Amino acid sequence: MVQLTLPKNSRVGNGRRFSAPAGASRVKTFKIYRYDPEGLENPRWDSYDVDVDACGPMLLDVLIHIKNNIDPTLTFRRSCREGVCGSCAMNIGGRNTLACTHGWEEVPGKEVTIAPLPSMPVVKDLVPDLTMFYAQYASIEPWLQTETPMPQKEWRQAPEDREKLDGLYECILCACCTTSCPSYWWNGEKYLGPATLLHAYRWLIDSRDEATGDRLDALEDPFKLYRCHTIMNCAQVCPKGLNPAKAIAEIKLMLAERMV
Amino acid sequence: MKKSSDMRTALGRVRGLGAAREGTGHFWAIRLTSIALVPLTFFVVGLLFALNGAGYAEMRSILGNPLVSMMLLATIGASLYHMWLGMQDILLDYAHGEASKYGLLILNTFFCIAIGAICAFSLLKIAFGV
Repeated sequence: MVQLTLPKNSRVGNGRRFSAPAGASRVKTFKIYRYDPEGLENPRWDSYDVDVDACGPMLLDVLIHIKNNIDPTLTFRRSCREGVCGSCAMNIGGRNTLACTHGWEEVPGKEVTIAPLPSMPVVKDLVPDLTMFYAQYASIEPWLQTETPMPQKEWRQAPEDREKLDGLYECILCACCTTSCPSYWWNGEKYLGPATLLHAYRWLIDSRDEATGDRLDALEDPFKLYRCHTIMNCAQVCPKGLNPAKAIAEIKLMLAERMV
Repeated sequence: MKKSSDMRTALGRVRGLGAAREGTGHFWAIRLTSIALVPLTFFVVGLLFALNGAGYAEMRSILGNPLVSMMLLATIGASLYHMWLGMQDILLDYAHGEASKYGLLILNTFFCIAIGAICAFSLLKIAFGV
């Protein structure tokens, strides 16, 4: 049956506490998940009392502040620091989001918990292993597929057909939605997950693509597609404000339209 | 399917056995039975209120009415089909072990058919008054 508790070696214990420097004007505690794959210890929660007036407004600013000034061993991914690359996706205050676009003031309470994206293997600290996630994305063949010989200039598309890609092309593959989905937690090896399915729909609805039927064939499966039960966590957490659940519903409608 | 070692590529693992090309019929049937069950449920609830306080003979005669009998048979058919599909979905979500998955899927099917057979037989027996 489905596993509802963490395996013994994944249970998170309490770790170290780093007190705020003397004379700190405003202190907020950040409880951060730590895991070192080279050690034999279980993961732990380290608490950092941070003088937030010394940091920028975003949670990524706090993480960088901790790494630079308090604990250089803290590991996390980040790159663009403006919500475009999706590298700093993590679970903040129990909710998946991007650390770079989420302000620490937006998280209620004195203590903010920061953990890696749920249900993925952890590489180190806040860095999840997204190998399967990327393979799932690759499996839907996310590129334009045509048999008609390439036109002299470009594949033409009417403005109203181009509009159909709005709300889909903006996805940055940060994996916030997929790792917040309970169906993905239970069947992550077989269910493609909201992000991949949103991209699948992006190619299904593209008026220039000629492989729509093959794409639908490859998705019609009790596990790959139909594990979506419209739980809607994906749409709740998407830091870009997209709605993967709606895209999945549209795929189901396309399949129904083809059959009924 | 036998578990592969970790040396299989991620894409190979994701593709697995490929798409079953099935599921849309299931999706459509769940919705179809949902639509059918809206008026049927109102009918059954109304019937229960109407039968409140009725004696044995009166109860038998109302349940033996062809229209009532057919509506009840349709309710049983639609709700059991809906229940069978819904439970199958839940089992696919949560039952991962080979034995538990196939065992529960088989039990689910047998249970729904048994309940359906008992209900249908009872209604028909009343309707045909044997």
